[in-house]
Amino acid sequence: MNRVAGELSDLQVDAQGNLRHLLTIEGLSREHVVRILDVAESFLGVNDKSIKKVPLLRGKTVVNLFFEPSTRTRTTFELAAKRLSADVLNVNISASATTKGESLLDTLRNLQAMQCDMFIVRHSDSGAPHFIARHVEADVAVVNAGDGWHAHPTQALLDVFTIRRHCADFTQLRVAIVGDVQHSRVARSQIHALNVLGAAEIRVIAPRTLLPDSIEDMGVRVYEDIHTGLKDVDVIIMLRLQHERMLGALLPSEAEYFSTFGLTPERLAKAKPDALVMHPGPTNRGVEIESSVADGPRSLILEQVTNGIAVRMAVMSLIAGPARPPEPA
Amino acid sequence: MIDAATVDKWLTRMSDELRADLGPGAIPELGMVGIYTGGVRIAEQLHARLQLQLPLGTLDISFYRDDFSRIGLHPQVKTSSIPFDVEGRTIALVDDVLYSGRTTRAALNTLFDYGRPARVILCVLVEREGHELPIRADIKGQTLALSVDQRVKLNADDLGLTIRETEPRV
Repeated sequence: MNRVAGELSDLQVDAQGNLRHLLTIEGLSREHVVRILDVAESFLGVNDKSIKKVPLLRGKTVVNLFFEPSTRTRTTFELAAKRLSADVLNVNISASATTKGESLLDTLRNLQAMQCDMFIVRHSDSGAPHFIARHVEADVAVVNAGDGWHAHPTQALLDVFTIRRHCADFTQLRVAIVGDVQHSRVARSQIHALNVLGAAEIRVIAPRTLLPDSIEDMGVRVYEDIHTGLKDVDVIIMLRLQHERMLGALLPSEAEYFSTFGLTPERLAKAKPDALVMHPGPTNRGVEIESSVADGPRSLILEQVTNGIAVRMAVMSLIAGPARPPEPA
Repeated sequence: MIDAATVDKWLTRMSDELRADLGPGAIPELGMVGIYTGGVRIAEQLHARLQLQLPLGTLDISFYRDDFSRIGLHPQVKTSSIPFDVEGRTIALVDDVLYSGRTTRAALNTLFDYGRPARVILCVLVEREGHELPIRADIKGQTLALSVDQRVKLNADDLGLTIRETEPRV
C-alpha cells in the first residue's frame, strides 16, 4: 500500500479495526469486505417482510450531500437509510457555486450544527469525501458516494455482492471490465474489491485512450480487442460511456465505439456459456451494450439495483455504531 | 452441567404442554419460529416432536436489538426467514434462554413486521430469574436461579447445558 492509501485507511478504519467511514476500498481487509457482504445478505431478507424497515438507525439523521447530480445512487442511499429508520435530508449543491475547500467546510459546519449523524457525499473532486471525513466530529460517519475519478466504493461492493450471490468462489473467477476505465471511479473501486476477494483474473478491455497509463500496476491484464478479451470470462462488467468524453476527442464517435467495444450477443458468446453481464447504470443502449444483451437472461443489471439497497444498508449500519474510544496507551 | 438426556426430557414435556395448550386441531396450523442461534436448535427439536406441517421459521434479531447505539452491530448476523404467513396465525416463538427479556422484545418486534399474529406463545428451554422487562415464558423446560455472574449456554456438540462463571459486570 502506498503512503496516501495508508493514510486513507487510517482515516476509515479505527485502531481496533472497526470501519468508521467508507471512503475507498483501498486499505480494507478481506474481513472488512466479507463482513459488509454478509450483513448485506441479511438485509436482503428485510424485503420478505410486509414492513420493509428495521429500527437500527431510528433517531439518526443521514444527509445525502450531493455536489454532483445522481439519480440512482442518491435514491438507493435514501431508500437504504429510510429502511434503517433514519431521517434523511437531501442536499443538492451545484459544485460550480462553491469555491473548493473553504466553502465545503462552511457547508459542513452548518450541517453539523443541525446534529446530523452521517454524510453520504458525492463530489466531482477526487478526495472531497476524505476532506469531509477529516473535519467531522468523532461521532459523525462519512460514506463516499463517488468522488471524481477516484472511487465509488458502495458501487464496487454491490457489484461483488451480486457476483458472490451467483458464484461464491472468487478464486476461480475471470472478470472483464469493458469501457472507459480512465474516467471511471467505478472501475477503480471494482478492481480493488475484486483483488481484495482474490479474483483469479481481472481484465480490462478498452482503447488505450480510455485507459490510465499505469493500469497494469493495479493487477489487471489489458486487452484492446474485445473478442480475445472476453474469451472464457465468467463475468463481464460494462462501464458507461460518458457522452462528455467525446468532446475530448478521445473517441471518434459513439457508433464507432459500439462497433469496436459494444457488447453484442456475438461477442457475449466468446465468454463462458453462463457468463454474467453487469452494468452500473445508467446504460447507453446501442453505445456500450446492445438492448438484447442488457435485457437478456444473463443480465444482472436490475438485480444490481436491488442489491445496492441491501449493501448500502449494511455499510450504513456498520459505520453508524458508537464511536469507539481510542485504546488506552 | 445439565446433560443432554435431561434436556431431552424437558423438550418432550414442553411439546406435550404445547400440544395440550393448543388442542389437537391447532397443531397443523401452528407456526414455529426459533431465535438464532440457540433458539433455532431448540425449535428444531420441538418442531420434530410435534411433527409440525409448516416449515420452521428463523429469526435473527440483530437489526432490532436495543443496545445497537452502545455496542454497534452484532458480529454474527444471520438471515431471518419465515416461510409461512404470520398474519392471523398462532406462533410458537422459541428461545433457549429467557433472562432479561430484551431478546424476546426484539424478536416480537421483528415478528410483527412480518404480519399480525393471532397469538404468540413464548417457549424457552430455560427461564432465568432477573427479568428486566415484563416478559414471561408460557412454556418452559426449567427455571434456574443463577447469580448475575453466571451464564448458561447450550453446548456446541449436544443439547446439554453448561453453566459458567464469568467476570462480574462493572
